Amino acid sequence: MSKTITIDGKTIPFEDGQTIMDAAMAAGVYIPHLCHQPEFTPHGSCKLCTVKVNGRNCSACTYPAMDGQDVLNETEELIEDRKRITQMLFVEGNHFCPSCEKTGNCQLQAVAYHLNMLDNHFPLFYPDREVDASHPEVMIDHNRCIFCTLCVRASHEKDGKDVFAISGRGIHKHLIVNAESGLLKDTDVAATDHAAHICPTGAILIKRTGYQVPIGQRIYDHQQIDQVSLATEHPKHGE
Amino acid sequence: MRQFIRGIAENNHYQATHLLQILRQIQSRYHYIPEPAIEQLSELLSIPRPQIISVIEFYSFFHLIPRGQYELLISDSITDHMLGKKSLLDYLANKLGVAVGEVREDGVVSLDNTSCTGMCDQGPAGLVNGYALTRLDHSTIDKIAALINQQKPLDEWPNELFQVDDNIYKSGLLLDQQIEQGAALKSAFKRGLKETLKEIDYSGLRGRGGAGFKTAIKWQFCSEEQQSVRYVVCNADEGEPGTFKDRVLLNSYADQVFEGMTVCAAIIGAKQGFLYLRGEYLHLQDKLQSILDQRRQNGLLGNNILGAGLDFDIEICLGAGAYICGEESALIESLEGKAGIPRNRPPYPVTQGYLGKPTVVNNVETFLAAAGIAVNGGDWFANIGTEKSKGTKILSISGDCAHPGIYEYPFGTTIQTILNDCGADDVLGVQVGGPSGTFISNQEFDRKLAFEDLATGGSFIIFNSSRNILDMVHNFTHFFAHESCGFCTPCRVGTSLLQKQIDKIVEGHGSAGDVVALEELCQLVKNYSHCGLGQTAANPILTTLERYPDLYQDRLKEISYEPGFDLDGALETARRMANRDDAGAHLAQTQMESEHE
Ligand SMILES: Cc1cc2nc3c(=O)[nH]c(=O)nc-3n(C[C@H](O)[C@H](O)[C@H](O)COP(=O)(O)O)c2cc1C
Ligand code: SF4
Ligand code: SF4
Ligand code: FES
Ligand code: FES
Repeated sequence: MSKTITIDGKTIPFEDGQTIMDAAMAAGVYIPHLCHQPEFTPHGSCKLCTVKVNGRNCSACTYPAMDGQDVLNETEELIEDRKRITQMLFVEGNHFCPSCEKTGNCQLQAVAYHLNMLDNHFPLFYPDREVDASHPEVMIDHNRCIFCTLCVRASHEKDGKDVFAISGRGIHKHLIVNAESGLLKDTDVAATDHAAHICPTGAILIKRTGYQVPIGQRIYDHQQIDQVSLATEHPKHGE
Repeated sequence: MRQFIRGIAENNHYQATHLLQILRQIQSRYHYIPEPAIEQLSELLSIPRPQIISVIEFYSFFHLIPRGQYELLISDSITDHMLGKKSLLDYLANKLGVAVGEVREDGVVSLDNTSCTGMCDQGPAGLVNGYALTRLDHSTIDKIAALINQQKPLDEWPNELFQVDDNIYKSGLLLDQQIEQGAALKSAFKRGLKETLKEIDYSGLRGRGGAGFKTAIKWQFCSEEQQSVRYVVCNADEGEPGTFKDRVLLNSYADQVFEGMTVCAAIIGAKQGFLYLRGEYLHLQDKLQSILDQRRQNGLLGNNILGAGLDFDIEICLGAGAYICGEESALIESLEGKAGIPRNRPPYPVTQGYLGKPTVVNNVETFLAAAGIAVNGGDWFANIGTEKSKGTKILSISGDCAHPGIYEYPFGTTIQTILNDCGADDVLGVQVGGPSGTFISNQEFDRKLAFEDLATGGSFIIFNSSRNILDMVHNFTHFFAHESCGFCTPCRVGTSLLQKQIDKIVEGHGSAGDVVALEELCQLVKNYSHCGLGQTAANPILTTLERYPDLYQDRLKEISYEPGFDLDGALETARRMANRDDAGAHLAQTQMESEHE
C-alpha cells in the first residue's frame, strides 16, 4: 500500500524521500514558492511555501512527507500571511516593476499577483544597491535580488563553478561574485550557464535579449503562476 | 604574510572546518582579513573565494577593511545602558578622538558597539582585541586611552582592567561542591554505561540551554543511530543578553563540565568532542586549554581513558561574534567553518550533526549536572525541584539589585524569593530568560522558576521603577535585528521592520494604527521564522504590549495616520548643503502637525 498525506483534505500519494512540495507538485497541487526549483537542493529560506502540517507551520520545500500528515495549504490565514512575506521581499529591495526588463516573466511579481497583493503594506527600505553591468553578456541588478540562492546553487550544482555566494548577515545580506575585483566581468560566468538563467526576479539578466518578447505576451501576462509552475516545473504535467 | 598564513593553515592541517579559527588568527594579527590572505586560503583550504568572504562578512569580529591596532568594542547590553554606557561611550570616543563605528585616522584605534559580552554583573563592559574589559568608568577609560595613545602592548596593560570575578552569591546542589577529577567517569564505568544513562534519565535532567529537552533521551537517540562516528558538543556560546553563568562554570568548574562531556562520549560512543566557546570569552581559552592538558596527563582524555578502552578528546573552538551560533544547528555549521545559518530540520543533530554524523549538543550546565548525577545518582538530583523540572537552575542575575551575580535555586523557587536574596527593591519587572524570554511585571512575583511556568536559560534582568520599559524593548528589538542571520524572509526583513516600527513609536511618531500593525507584524515574525531567533524576536514587544498596552498608546500621536516617510528628515541633507536651518527650510509632516504649531 502506498503512503499518503492529505492536502486541504485531498489525499495525495508520496514516496519515501519526497518532501511535501515534491508530493504536491506531482499531484498537481500548487504551493507558492520562490526559493525552490525541483532540480536543486531545497533551501527553505523564503518561507513562501509555509503550510500547516498537523497544526504546525513547516516549509513544504524542505519538510519530508510522512504517512498520514494533515497538510493545510490554501487557508485564508496562510494566503494572507504569504502575501505579507511577499510584501517583505518587495520592500526590502527596490522593485520598480514597470521599468524592469523582467516584468511579466518575474516570479516575484507573479506570486504577488497570485496572492492578490495590491500594495507594499510595509514601509519601503530603499536600500542603496548597485548594478553590475561589467560583463559583456550577463548583468546583475542587485536592487532586485531576493537572496533565494538559486543562482548560487545552480552555479555550484549544475555549472560546476562557484560564481555566486550570499554574503553578510541579517538585513545586510548581499550577493557577491567570485572575483578579486568583485565584478562579474572577472568571474568565469558565461551566458550559457544555468546560473545566468535561473533568477526568479530581474536580478540576473542576459544582455541584449531584453524586450524580445513584448510586454503583454510574457509568461505571466496570460497565465497565473500556479498553472505555469505545475506545467513547467514537474515534467509529468508538461505533457 | 604569505608565510604567516601558510603557517596557520598548516597548524590547522589545511582543514576547511578550521576556517573560523584561522580567520580569528589573521584578524588578530592584521586587524582585518587582507585580500591576499583570502586568495591564499582559498587555495590552501580549497574553499571558493566567495564562501570565505561570506564567512568573514557573517561574523561581527571579522572585517574586510582594517580596524584599529586596538579594536575596542563596548557592550550594548541593556544592563550596560542602565549603568550609564551611553555617556561612557561618548567620553571614550572623545578621549580617543575617534567616532563610534570608525577607525582613528592614524589607524591605532577603532571603536564600536557590540552585543552583550556576558559581563552584565560587572559592566559596563567591553572588549579590546577580543579580551574582556570590565567595570568601565571614567578613571579606567582614562587609563585605557592613555595606554592606547602610548601604544602599550596588551600584555603590559594592568591586570585589573581585565579582572573578571565569579560573583557567586548563592550556591546549591551543583555549585556547593565540585566533583573530584575523574569521579564521574569512575562511577560511570563502575556502575556500567547503560545504568548510568538510566540514572541520568531517572534524574529528570532537562537541557539547561533553553529548550529543556530531556538529556537522557537525546543521548539515547544519538547512541541508537546506525553510524560509527559520533560527536559531543558543549554549547558555550552563551549569547543571550544577561546570561553569564556558563562563563563562571567554565572559569571555576570546567573540569566537571569536561567530565560530563566525557561521560556522554562514553555513553553514546563518541571519540571527539568540541567546546564551542563564544569569542567574547577569549580570556578563558588558555586556562581551559591547560585543564584539558592536565586531564590528558591524568589519563582522563586521550586514548584508553582510565584503562577502560574509551578514546576521547576535546577541542576548543572559538566563535567570532554571532548570537545565532548558540542555536545548535547554526553552531554545528560554525564548527564546520561556515557561516552560522540554522539548518533545516529534520534531520536533527542527533541523527545528522557535525559533518553529517550523529551529534549531541548540550549546554555547559547540562554537562555539569550530568557529571554530578553520574557520581551521586539520579535521586540526588530528582529529589529537588518540581514535578516537571527536577534539580536546580543556575541564574545570572543582573540589573537593578544590590548583588548582581550567580545564584543557584531549586526549580519551583518564586521570583519574589530571588528578588529578596539579591537585594532588589522597588522592582518594576523582571526579564526572565533574556530578550527571547518573558517580561513579567511586579504583579507576578509569585510565579515560579520552572519549565512549566517561567523557563530560563539563566538570564534574569531586574528593572526598578525608575526604568522605562520602552527603552528596554527598543534595546532588545535592535539586538534581534542585529543578530538575525538573514537566512529567512520573516526574520531578516521582519526584525528590521520591527526595529523601524519600534523606533517610530518610541520617538513619538507613531499613530493609532501603528500598534495594531506592530502586533500583526510580531505574529508574522513569530509564526513564520525558520529558527528560535526569529520565533522569539518579537517577545520583548509581545510580552510588554500584553502587560502595558497604555505605555504604547501614550506614545502615539492623536492622528490616525503617520506616513512611514519622514518628510522633514529627508530635507536634512539639503539643509546642510544650503547651510540653512530657518523655519522655511523645514516641512511639517502632516496638516495636523502644522496646525498644532
Ligand atoms: C538563537 C538561539 C540561541 C541559542 N543560544 C544558546 C546558547 O548560547 N547556549 C545554549 O546552551 N543553548 C542555546 N540555544 C539552544 C540550543 O539550540 C540548544 O537547544 C541547546 O544547546 C541544547 O542543549 P541543552 O539541551 O543542554 O539545553 C539557543 C537557541 C537559539 C534558537
Ligand atoms: S540574483 Fe536572483 S537567483 Fe541569485 S540569489 Fe538573487 S534573486 Fe536569487
Ligand atoms: S529566524 Fe532569523 S536567525 Fe533564524 S534562520 Fe531565520 S533569519 Fe536566521
Ligand atoms: S520555497 Fe520553500 S522556503 Fe522558499
Ligand atoms: S518585475 Fe520582479 S524583479 Fe523586476
